[in-house]
Amino acid sequence: MNRRSFLTSTAATAVVAASGLPARAADPLKVGFIYVGPVGDMGWSYQHDQARLAAQQEYGDRIVTSYIENVPEGPDAERALTQLALQGNQLIFATSFGFMDATVNVAKKFPNVKFEHATGYKQAENLATYDARFYEGRAIQGTIAGRMTKTNKIGYIGSFPIPEVVQGINAVYIHAKKVNPDVEIKVVWAYTWFDPAKEADAAAALIAEGCDFVLQHTDSTAPQAKAQEAGNVFTFGQASDMIAFAPKPRVSSTIDHWDPYYIKRIGEALDGTWKPEATWGGIGTGMVGIGEISDAVPAEVKEEALALKDRIASGEYHPFTGPLKKQDGSEWLAEGATPEDGELAGMNFFVEGVSGELPK
Amino acid sequence: MIRLVKRPMPSKFWSWTTPLVAVIATMIAGGLLFAILGKNPVEAIRVIFWDPLFGPNADYFRSQLLVKAAPLILIACGLAVGFRAGIWNIGAEGQYIIGAIFGASLALAVYPAESWFLFPAMVVLGAIGGLLWGLIPALLKVVFGTSEILVSLMLVYVAQNLLAYMAFGPLKNPEGYGFPGSRNLQGYPSAFNDELMAGTGVHWGVLAALGAVVAIYVLMQRHIAGFRIRVAGEAPRAARYAGVVPARLIVFCLCLSGALAGMAGLFEVSGPSGQITDSFNVGYGYTAIIVAFLGRLHPVGILLAGLLMALTYIGGDMAQLMLGLPSAAIQVFQGMLLFFLLGFDLLTNYRIRIGGARA
Repeated sequence: MNRRSFLTSTAATAVVAASGLPARAADPLKVGFIYVGPVGDMGWSYQHDQARLAAQQEYGDRIVTSYIENVPEGPDAERALTQLALQGNQLIFATSFGFMDATVNVAKKFPNVKFEHATGYKQAENLATYDARFYEGRAIQGTIAGRMTKTNKIGYIGSFPIPEVVQGINAVYIHAKKVNPDVEIKVVWAYTWFDPAKEADAAAALIAEGCDFVLQHTDSTAPQAKAQEAGNVFTFGQASDMIAFAPKPRVSSTIDHWDPYYIKRIGEALDGTWKPEATWGGIGTGMVGIGEISDAVPAEVKEEALALKDRIASGEYHPFTGPLKKQDGSEWLAEGATPEDGELAGMNFFVEGVSGELPK
Repeated sequence: MIRLVKRPMPSKFWSWTTPLVAVIATMIAGGLLFAILGKNPVEAIRVIFWDPLFGPNADYFRSQLLVKAAPLILIACGLAVGFRAGIWNIGAEGQYIIGAIFGASLALAVYPAESWFLFPAMVVLGAIGGLLWGLIPALLKVVFGTSEILVSLMLVYVAQNLLAYMAFGPLKNPEGYGFPGSRNLQGYPSAFNDELMAGTGVHWGVLAALGAVVAIYVLMQRHIAGFRIRVAGEAPRAARYAGVVPARLIVFCLCLSGALAGMAGLFEVSGPSGQITDSFNVGYGYTAIIVAFLGRLHPVGILLAGLLMALTYIGGDMAQLMLGLPSAAIQVFQGMLLFFLLGFDLLTNYRIRIGGARA
């Protein structure tokens, strides 16, 4: 390199640096979100939006966030994502499983934009996935329900027969059975994530069948209201704390905490260390929160549940630990064995003892 | 005192002016709503109606306008024929679903065989699927005298459950890790209803929608069948003398609208949507009813109404994004449009008299 070209290149670098730096400081990182439900659903989308606000709080004027709510899964999602990308968002979170293919398509069209898809399994150079181990919270719910049920019947409102929900049903049953060998679980499929009327119907059906615990994998508070009406029926908050229904029927809750994840990933995008990864966090990483266990739960049960929570958080105990058999009686996990994440992520069978057929 | 006096003949002038008046009234009332929500109403209206057409990145939004409007126009054209004859197919949403299932099933059954005639065969099957689903309320009406309004509407729920069954069962992607939903047809070249020119949004469904506009225009204005349909709707008794067989007319109208809705479903599932999922249908079949009336049951009117409706969707998303308007406010805004249209429609059939001349 001769001297002149050295000088010009340094000068060029200096100019770029001089013009680049203030621009970077003045231009905040634009971060976009799309939600499948309204932000006021008080469940899934609400929690994602709370996390967005937390991230905004954390980074202040270094980032600008915007969102589109109530986006139907399919071509509308693709358009919404494209809109976010065209508007200059550099990091985009697609927060529902059904946005998967749309996100993959849009990520292909905008290679310089970073995408994050919740609960999916397709990654790319600029597309990461993230999910939470909700089944860890279900293990604690199963323990409390198994100890407290008088009728020995636990009801479960399933949203869709997909692995995430199947994991939840199995985790509840395994842990309820551990503390109460006579327990049964009844599943009703609502085929929706958010539909207060359908959820209320499902809850009423389970209560009529004699369930004194109604667990929900759907996001509205309608089942909580039904349980309250019925009297001696207990519930757990889903996605958000649903504390308005405490201390009874809501005795505890599983809370989706996306805040630590969003704050971490936005931070990585800000300092240029963002990489496409598949994240599956649980109680240990703070992505799954266990809401306050209310006074309606006997003290020794509460203690047992909290001890279980600590053992799961520390990684000492995995909620799916053998020996476990599948519903058809075939061997699944040997004594002391735990499943690999890949196998768990595709779980499409009930464990032994769960009644009813899994819709295929 | 204000009184309403029925016009001897529906006013031609008001029949074509009310949609415009309704749009303007919607802008005013919607602007008020946005103002109450603390947004600048002028800016909100600009973002919804102007920006998608002429704002930044308008190329992309214009192409999306066609993608969104095409199924609405295609379905509404079919519905309008029946509505003219007084035959009320409210179940286009179900026919749309069944058309998609029929066409997609063929592609998924022969996957991954490539052939040029796969896509045309899917389109035909889509039309047949929708036609058969429309034939059910037609036959029940002809044979048992049931109401086609109720039957066609109820069949939407049947179709939705069938769709969920298909997405979770027979059509589920065997390589989908147990997740619901079929293979994505966008990854299957022979079945993919791709953009014909990149970046324009024009796929076969857009051409089909334009073709339907022309065909329905010819049918209604230039063909004896169109004359019979109009007479049947306007003067049922006279129609009998003109040689109209009511049973045949019922079957024709429901099958035609069913077939067009089925084709719309097929173009959607093989193109923009790509996949049979339980949430594949997003209400085009219902929105098309609004489009049909907004377009005065006339094919050219429907073309414009379909584009306008699509604009409110796309502009609505932009308003959420840029102004932070809640999506419920956008839905209220869209609802206002139909409300005002029906309200101002009064002027087509009635004259407003101020002052009580006759008691």
